[in-house]
Amino acid sequence: MKVAVITFPGSNCDYDCYKALQLFPEFEPSFIWHREQDLGKVDAVFLPGGFAHGDYLRAGAIAQFSPVMPAVGTFAREGGIVAGICNGFQVLCESGLLPGALLRNDTLRFRSHDVYIRVETVGTPFTTEYEKGQVLRMPIAHGEGGYYADAKTLAELEDEDRIAFRYVTPEGNLSREANPNGSAHAIAGIVNHGRNVLGMMPHPERAVEILLGSTDGRGIFESMTTTPEEW
Amino acid sequence: MTSFHLEIRVKPRPGLLDPEGKAVHHALESLGFPGISEVRVGKVIDVDVKAESQSIAIDRASEMCRKLLANPVTEDFQVTVLPELDLSTEIA
Repeated sequence: MKVAVITFPGSNCDYDCYKALQLFPEFEPSFIWHREQDLGKVDAVFLPGGFAHGDYLRAGAIAQFSPVMPAVGTFAREGGIVAGICNGFQVLCESGLLPGALLRNDTLRFRSHDVYIRVETVGTPFTTEYEKGQVLRMPIAHGEGGYYADAKTLAELEDEDRIAFRYVTPEGNLSREANPNGSAHAIAGIVNHGRNVLGMMPHPERAVEILLGSTDGRGIFESMTTTPEEW
Repeated sequence: MTSFHLEIRVKPRPGLLDPEGKAVHHALESLGFPGISEVRVGKVIDVDVKAESQSIAIDRASEMCRKLLANPVTEDFQVTVLPELDLSTEIA
């Protein structure tokens, strides 16, 4: 499976994504610079974390118009698997491939620590290897991760089972303290209507080896190798 | 073609939590400024644009806001045409 990791000027998790993908024999990762207009023949695309274009104006605002983005948009609309992590999630929201926006953390702080997230749906190509309700531990590192969308959009996400992950306590319960950024409905990750585009603030690529402190992120990569019939 | 100086104000939509405004609010209160009920922090973007008319210039700036300068999900914008300014005398 050929996987493109898009590198924007200011991306800083592109190597983390690449290295995580390399742990799985199914993946053949490669970097694609944001000025490329063609993705070539790829089976999945990662938009990594970082500060694309310095996060000037708003996180993801400039990156949505990077030359590579029309190709990413076409790939996503044709059902291609796209995962945006952290800054990648912000880019997907700005580009309209996912609904809503990420606001500055309500705690007024850049939060960099492990969080617990609960798998809310296994019906996506990113979550088939998990159990519904399973609690995962992985890091966050962001200043603007508060998910926001209007009431109608939030209701759609709930009704269509498109909330992939929610912030929870280690026991798997919702609580104000467990939500690190004030996200609406404690949302840590969502998928699009077609379920082939995922955006999430936590970093699964930093939770793939014992040495990193957690292997809970591996399931996302393992799930991506499943066939559409399984989700 | 006339040159227009446009001031574009982008603000978090009313009712939306503005953590930056909240932080500034707390800072102003801790400095002892009384009577502050709310602080909202936005951006001001100055754009000089050549256009056939003022309304065309404003339309173009509004399009810039819808496309890039403001996030339609969370922010409102306002475009104002500024008169020619001599900044040196303004500051003095």
